[in-house]
Amino acid sequence: MRGNAEMHELVAPGSLGAVLDLLAAEPGQWTPIAGGTELMVAFSAGRLNAAKLVNLWGIPDLRTIDVTPQSVGLGAAATFLDLRKHAAINTEFPLLARAASWIGSVANQSRATLGGNLVNGSPAADSSPALLAYDAEIETISVRGRRKVPYSEFHTGYKRNVLASDELLYAIHLPRRFASHRQYLRKVGTRRAMAIAKVALGATALLEQGVIREIRLGAASLAPYPTRLKQTEAALLGQALTRETVPAARRALLAEVQPIDDIRSTAEYRRRVAVNLLEEFLLELRREELRP
Amino acid sequence: MNANRKARTDALWPAIHFTVNGEGRTVNVPPMKRLLDVLREDLHLTGTKEGCGEGECGSCSVRMNDELVNSCLVPVLQAEGSDIQTVEGLALDGELNPLQEAFLHNGGAQCGICTPGMLMAAAQLLAHSPHPSEAEIREGLAGNLCRCTGFIRIFESVAAAAGASESEPTKEPVMEQTHHAR
Repeated sequence: MRGNAEMHELVAPGSLGAVLDLLAAEPGQWTPIAGGTELMVAFSAGRLNAAKLVNLWGIPDLRTIDVTPQSVGLGAAATFLDLRKHAAINTEFPLLARAASWIGSVANQSRATLGGNLVNGSPAADSSPALLAYDAEIETISVRGRRKVPYSEFHTGYKRNVLASDELLYAIHLPRRFASHRQYLRKVGTRRAMAIAKVALGATALLEQGVIREIRLGAASLAPYPTRLKQTEAALLGQALTRETVPAARRALLAEVQPIDDIRSTAEYRRRVAVNLLEEFLLELRREELRP
Repeated sequence: MNANRKARTDALWPAIHFTVNGEGRTVNVPPMKRLLDVLREDLHLTGTKEGCGEGECGSCSVRMNDELVNSCLVPVLQAEGSDIQTVEGLALDGELNPLQEAFLHNGGAQCGICTPGMLMAAAQLLAHSPHPSEAEIREGLAGNLCRCTGFIRIFESVAAAAGASESEPTKEPVMEQTHHAR
């Protein structure tokens, strides 16, 4: 059954303020649409469950990349091509640039937005493991004002998040303190391009004299939503990378994740690959550490 | 649809203005109507094809404000004020675009359904990288599927068109190539 354009209202108030007024006047009634790479697929297939949509594409305040001494602020409607082309993202946050290159094709990357990827909330979202590894912070906006939430607390369940019905995701902030961290990101999918992740792991770590002083592990497709693996992080924090630490970290990860069987993979495969990705990261760390 | 009925239907919908291939156009259609359908049904520009209807195949690729988009995923309201180029806009005054010439001479088209999208993706690539490497050509066309399996000849056609172009390289920010899952 094809979608019928006459069955959906779509309005373009034009400014961010006007969009927020509309969301405040009728909370929960309006579905924001930016690049349309998710919602228009549902529409074409006749399964878009949104009678009223409000346009965010083309609102300049949302398609920004602001570099300050402390952080890089990414507007929610910055596209993945915007991210790939940005010098500071490429040099300081290479994992995010790499994740952006995984999003579909050029035509998808020129429309798909970072905010859309997060609000859509797929457990397999390509940008999420990198954002979790970089300790990203989410800024929301509504007529009531703005607030900030750690990205690791943004998702609250399968396709659920902390946004109130009158709120928009406004920006994603990346603290600029990862230059000397070891960084890792790997996605395992069916093929090299245009494929959704079976499992993905992003990681950053800071070592001092062989001991892990700081570590962030971000995972996709290992839980109902993208998650930081805090128990696995705890098993590694303050540890040296030894013959014992690596198996202990593998055990911690296996105890922490809850993958499922679905059309893309099986829970068992995802568990095996996830522990292998973690081990690959830890062995890379160890090799770096041994290098004279 | 007779003229009276059409006039009544049009009055229901707001006017949406944009430029297609250099010509100003106004349509009165539901704002959620896909740009693809507006091009084909309302403007009778049927060069743009529908393949999958979900952004996977690239058959419906057009250039909008110097960005490559899948027109099946663009609600026409988002095209308000934009500058759109379709495959019909490639040839100029009856002269084929160098890309079209190259596809002809290098066997870059077989059944032809993917061809308009391939041409638009290639046009977007060459507009920003006039002399692309083979890897850049492959990445630029990665979202365009050909089911006649003519990819190699398509890549060769784009390379030939780039070689034939006399334009000087433009200064573009260097973007890292796609980092695939290893």
